[in-house]
Amino acid sequence: MIGLEHYLTVAATLFVIGIFGLFVNRKNVIILLMSIELMLLAVNINLVAFSSFLGDLVGQVFTLFVLTVAAAEAAIGLAILVCFFRTRGTIAVEDVNVMKG
Amino acid sequence: MIQADLTIIMPEIILSLFAIAALLGAVYTGKDKFAPMLVWATAGVFVTLALWIGVNGEGTNVAFGGMFNDDAFSRFAKVAILLSSAAVLVMSQEYMERKGLLRFEYPVLVALAVVGMMVMVSAGDLMTLYLGLELQSLSLYVVASLRRDSARSTEAGLKYFVLGALSSGLLLYGASLTYGFAGTTLFSGIIQTASDGSISVGLLFGLVLIISGLAFKVSAVPFHMWTPDVYEGSPTPVTAFFATAPKIAAMGLFARVLYDAFGGVVSDWSQVIALLSLLSMFLGAFAAIGQTNIKRLMAFSSIAHMGYALMGLAAGTALGVQAMLVYMAIYVTMNIGTFAFILSMEKDGQAVTDISALNQYAKREPGKALAMLVLLFSMAGVPPMVGFFGKLYVLQAAYDAGLAWLAIAGVIASVIGAYYYLRIVFFMYFGAEQDDALDKNSSPVLWTFLMGSAAIMVLGLINLFGIEGAAAAAAATLVN
Repeated sequence: MIGLEHYLTVAATLFVIGIFGLFVNRKNVIILLMSIELMLLAVNINLVAFSSFLGDLVGQVFTLFVLTVAAAEAAIGLAILVCFFRTRGTIAVEDVNVMKG
Repeated sequence: MIQADLTIIMPEIILSLFAIAALLGAVYTGKDKFAPMLVWATAGVFVTLALWIGVNGEGTNVAFGGMFNDDAFSRFAKVAILLSSAAVLVMSQEYMERKGLLRFEYPVLVALAVVGMMVMVSAGDLMTLYLGLELQSLSLYVVASLRRDSARSTEAGLKYFVLGALSSGLLLYGASLTYGFAGTTLFSGIIQTASDGSISVGLLFGLVLIISGLAFKVSAVPFHMWTPDVYEGSPTPVTAFFATAPKIAAMGLFARVLYDAFGGVVSDWSQVIALLSLLSMFLGAFAAIGQTNIKRLMAFSSIAHMGYALMGLAAGTALGVQAMLVYMAIYVTMNIGTFAFILSMEKDGQAVTDISALNQYAKREPGKALAMLVLLFSMAGVPPMVGFFGKLYVLQAAYDAGLAWLAIAGVIASVIGAYYYLRIVFFMYFGAEQDDALDKNSSPVLWTFLMGSAAIMVLGLINLFGIEGAAAAAAATLVN
């Protein structure tokens, strides 16, 4: 029998993979965007699992909002990335270094 | 029912409709030709809405079954957000036009960001919180990379986007755990499950993740790494915008989540906020010392200021929230004046951000140098200026709440921080002689904002222009 905790474990694993993708990845900014998407989808699994467990529809409504926002976020991220590529001619993470922070 | 709800969110609806109409109108007609007019129109709408909210609003109104609050707290924050955004828009118009940056998207994006901020400070539900936050953040990512052909500006936008998305992810994961363990996304429901002073582990995880997501938005240490780069890389008017309205909105949202949703477990989050506050104050004070770029210096200065504002929140009392609100209002006023000065720093028509360019500035422009001196003293917290009273308020609140160690640390950090503010004053008055001086440009708009803000820093010490009373009323609706 697959219960709530299984879903939560999958979601937590995906979320942690997403965070590691952001921090460990040294290659490509596109991979950063994919990691961000992975984190948001992990949250969606969480929300749907809780929604079904609690018998409460609010979680699924929340999921729809998150999906919409994630789409907008990806669009803006890619747009900024295109601008960055035009000025620098590269999308390697290690080249995002004009300013030191 | 729906009619009453719509009446309550009328300011947000009007501003959204204005932004959409401006976008469509500009696209189908003259595009960037209308940009200067659109900037003034947007600022006009902001000021009108601020007056409307400030004068007309009364009582505590709840819309959409508790998802959206209109109370004294949200009105205080909204008026501050609208007025500071209007000031920044008016200041930036001339600078951006000269640099060829004034596209019609700029006022539209700022208007949308302001709608997001207004939703943030009124949020009564995790969904409202998330949508307001994202509307604000997505608009800000775009304005950060407004100068599309500059490597710095696009890099600032990219860094802000990646780290901002990470923080939204953390916040959202926290929100999902909170929903799961509280069984509801409404703040009024969450506070009932967490009212008896103890909360389940899941809810605690949710709380901590939400706090880290929000700490990122107010650029509190250890979630501050984006701030210096984004401040340095963005066009200066955009930096001025980042340093003002979004900070009020994020602090307002912070206070709302902590008190409306987790007000029953103050002891659980007060230590976390106190730690964030301590780290921000000290990192802001130390890291700014070595900076040579004034925009980067302002980034660390804003990190330190957020530390003081968080000290008010950490107190966990109505006095603390009141102190936080007063502090934020003073901080925003000081920053508008300071950025008006930074915007006027030019050499041969090129913007300069190097602090050493200010050498002997006082000899050439004594009036502006004096105004800047007042503002810098106020930021450092030197007694006769208003900035000192802002600090005094939060220190008092922290001390009364039994956080004496935090108050003492705050005093020490402010002494350390005074060094880099006074260093600028030193350059202006006693710096080395140099030939290539800054231009003597005097845009009347920037001059007015600089002088006005400096005058407020001096005249405000009589009664702080009565914002104490408004802040006290605002705090009373949140903490009870």
